[in-house]
Amino acid sequence: MTIALDRPAASRPRRGSATMKFIGRLFREKPLGAAGAVIFLVFLFCGLFADVLAPYGYNQISPINRLKPPSWQFLFGTDNLGRDVFSRCLYGAQLSVIIGFCAAGLATIVSVVIGVVSGYIGGRFDMIVQRMVDAWMSFPDLIVLIVVVSVVGPGLLPIILVLGLLLGIGGSRIIRGATISVRENMYVTATQSMGASTFRILFRHILPNVMAPVIILFTTRVGFVILAESGLSFLGLGVPPPAPTWGGMLSGSGRTYMLQGPWLALAPGLCLTFVVYATNVFGDALRDLLDPRMRGTR
Amino acid sequence: MSHAEPVTTGAPLLRVSDLKVHFPIHDGVLIRRRSGSVKAVDGVSFEVRKGETLGLVGESGCGKSTTGMAILRMTPLTGGRIEFEGQDISGLGARKMRPLRQRLQMVYQDPYGSLNPRMKVGDIVGEPLVIHGVTGTQDAYRARIQELLRLVGLRPDMAERYPHEFSGGQRQRISIARAVALNPSLVLCDEPVSALDVSIQAQVVNLFQELQERLGLSYLFIAHDLAVVRHVSHRIAVMYLGRIVEIAPRDMLYREPLHPYTRGLLAAVPLPDPLAERTRVHEEITGEPPSVVNPPSGCHFHPRCPMAMPICAQRAPELTAIGNARSVACHLHGAAPALDGQAAA
Amino acid sequence: MHSPVLEVKNLAVEFGSGAGRVRAVDDVSFDVRPGETLAIVGESGSGKSVTALSLLRLVPTPPGRICAGEILFHGEDLLKASEASIRSIRGNRIAMIFQEPMSSLNPALTVGLQIAEPLQLHGKLTWAKAFERARELLGKVRIPDAARRVNAHPHQFSGGMRQRAMIAMALACKPNLIIADEPTTALDVTVQAQILSLLKNLTKETNAALILITHDLGVVARYADRVCVMYAGRVVESGSAQDIYANPQHPYTLGLMASIPRLDQEAGQRLTPIDGQPPDLAALPKGCAFEPRCRFAMARCRRERPALESQGGRHYRACFADVSC
Repeated sequence: MTIALDRPAASRPRRGSATMKFIGRLFREKPLGAAGAVIFLVFLFCGLFADVLAPYGYNQISPINRLKPPSWQFLFGTDNLGRDVFSRCLYGAQLSVIIGFCAAGLATIVSVVIGVVSGYIGGRFDMIVQRMVDAWMSFPDLIVLIVVVSVVGPGLLPIILVLGLLLGIGGSRIIRGATISVRENMYVTATQSMGASTFRILFRHILPNVMAPVIILFTTRVGFVILAESGLSFLGLGVPPPAPTWGGMLSGSGRTYMLQGPWLALAPGLCLTFVVYATNVFGDALRDLLDPRMRGTR
Repeated sequence: MSHAEPVTTGAPLLRVSDLKVHFPIHDGVLIRRRSGSVKAVDGVSFEVRKGETLGLVGESGCGKSTTGMAILRMTPLTGGRIEFEGQDISGLGARKMRPLRQRLQMVYQDPYGSLNPRMKVGDIVGEPLVIHGVTGTQDAYRARIQELLRLVGLRPDMAERYPHEFSGGQRQRISIARAVALNPSLVLCDEPVSALDVSIQAQVVNLFQELQERLGLSYLFIAHDLAVVRHVSHRIAVMYLGRIVEIAPRDMLYREPLHPYTRGLLAAVPLPDPLAERTRVHEEITGEPPSVVNPPSGCHFHPRCPMAMPICAQRAPELTAIGNARSVACHLHGAAPALDGQAAA
Repeated sequence: MHSPVLEVKNLAVEFGSGAGRVRAVDDVSFDVRPGETLAIVGESGSGKSVTALSLLRLVPTPPGRICAGEILFHGEDLLKASEASIRSIRGNRIAMIFQEPMSSLNPALTVGLQIAEPLQLHGKLTWAKAFERARELLGKVRIPDAARRVNAHPHQFSGGMRQRAMIAMALACKPNLIIADEPTTALDVTVQAQILSLLKNLTKETNAALILITHDLGVVARYADRVCVMYAGRVVESGSAQDIYANPQHPYTLGLMASIPRLDQEAGQRLTPIDGQPPDLAALPKGCAFEPRCRFAMARCRRERPALESQGGRHYRACFADVSC
């Protein structure tokens, strides 16, 4: 209710009902997508309230309970230091979901801005932008990461920024391609010939029609970023331990104690799978629901 | 006779003189050099009067669509002058051009590509009003959209639907409603019925004529189908490889075509009557339209022309008035061909 | 007279399955004799192209499926033929020409090679002989400078020349039947006239039968001997071209004739369109599919589907109404 303060009072209930209608359609027409949304919300909730929900601290070491298999006391078992894996997964949800969504979101925004502008304007501008994208992409990602992290030090923000930029610039290619093919449509020419502003064409005609690749770009990036962060942790460039991330748990103790305590890898692995799967099915559902041509189809 | 001669008083609504649109061809991989140009439109002149339909016919690649895009100022001009409602628009920038776009609209060929699939029909039809800030109140805006839909033979409740729910003919009606939303004086129609089924074409053709009578519209009707063009046009210009070869009132052109190309074009159209076809002499034009990149010298048509003379390969004929209504660009007609070596005017 | 080259009986083709099943071709019968040109006329969704494809069992399966009927080629049912024997007929005894000449030719191979291939395959010629014949054929379809052009690639040909090359390829094995699906729709009108005359003359010369699929009533009038008019997957009228044009008996045919602007009539009169929208194959009415748009429609048309009945001689129509008034 806070977002629509400057709107005339009459249009507020309509807006609310449109959102409700959309949610209604999501559950009716795309039950799988709705399940994805629910799973995702559950993880987000767990992450946000990890402090309250977690039975133990994420770094609460208890040497007596080393490598205990899952039980009622330790739902997902314990790790090599006797820390509760369930609690760590909850706290991990906080970090991983934040990193995943922020970095993927940033990447998508960067991709859309570069891709749509470069693709729509075209010509020499497009050529110059694309050569710059080429130059950036030919630079090994790892070097950029190491340089940035060694300058500003490891932490959440640099990781999000660097991963977001790296993936965003690469992904702009896909959006640019989609933009170029949309731009060729006669309705864009028609709107231009009516005297519409570039702003209007971009937001009313180009952007809604490149939503499908945008959504797919975002959903595939989420999983990628969460895993990429684990790679960084492995190199000591990720979120520094003992802060738990799913990627860190997988690649750290999870791998070392794979045989003695398979739950160490299984628990964060399953969490990761669920979140990635949930975002993917929800993304697909969103894509179809936003496309008027798919109305009434499953 | 419902489709009478238009009232042709005053200055022409649109006057195109010596319009040229050349597209550069680039060469080279690293350093792009301009190695030549495609003369898509090369010195085209014509007028469209108020309430009149000028048909622009020609085969693919003759530059008829480019001419339309040039008049809309959607493609850069190489030369020439376009006057619309008495104002020279050939040099206008985007901002100065904007208010004029209300009076100058276009209907496109592809009924599927010309409507944004993500917008509701009502929003599509109302978009020109929004762009030019003339929506008025919510109620007035909605009423105008419904009026427009009714005008083109659609139901007002269709405003809430999306384009994919409509057939090709209905989509073309939506396109037309959008084009007339701002009460334009000139509508450019680029092959508006060629993508439609035969039984639907007549509906849309009739709609164009009805709207012309009711709203006093002028059309520049660009098409390749000679029968359709004859049906809707008052005057017709025939284009070949970027130039107009003949321009004449409808009946004059179809009864007595002067240019050999016009003659061949008309002879190539099969009549829907087997008996007439059995007895008709089929004088076919041989060969195919040459490439625009490398057009023949002199008169572009001379390699295919059954009546070509030596002069035709050397000099391009000027569009010359024959009588007071028609013009033709052919060495067979008009002034005696000038001697070789004399500078072309 | 001659026995028919091809006889199609009660052909039906369906697309999709379950609730989304659509009958694209329904109970279609026709035949074509040597040296004869049969035009199948219809608009989009009339089933004319699907009919053409199903004659050589080229309907993509799934989603398509030929679900009933017989296709008798010289008395042999092609629907019962083995995959090997239908392959030996395709391109050899029945040839097909498509609308889009660019995508019908392989851009990576020379035109000569593509014409020679069926000759070598079906005609059991050596490559050298097949190539020599390809050169002859290109000359026959009046491609200028055929001896040199035989080594050109398709992109070096214009649209009209590509279609000429397709005709050369179709004629290579001296087929008994040529099926041309909208062969000139992508071409300019002056080129269209050249191509169709060429096709017509060459089929006359070899006494092959020609099935011409088109939507252009002018093309039909100029080139066809007999006509099948299709609407919503069914034949609604068939007969000789003269009969169909001089004395159309189905309201749809009548409507089509009245709705096209004609060069041989006074200009400027309002056209008489067929009202309504093209049929939705997924939601066809129980009765006659044309009934919603028909100005002769009666109560009976909504209940029953009219069958194709003779109007005397070989003129057939599927309609209950009396259209003579």
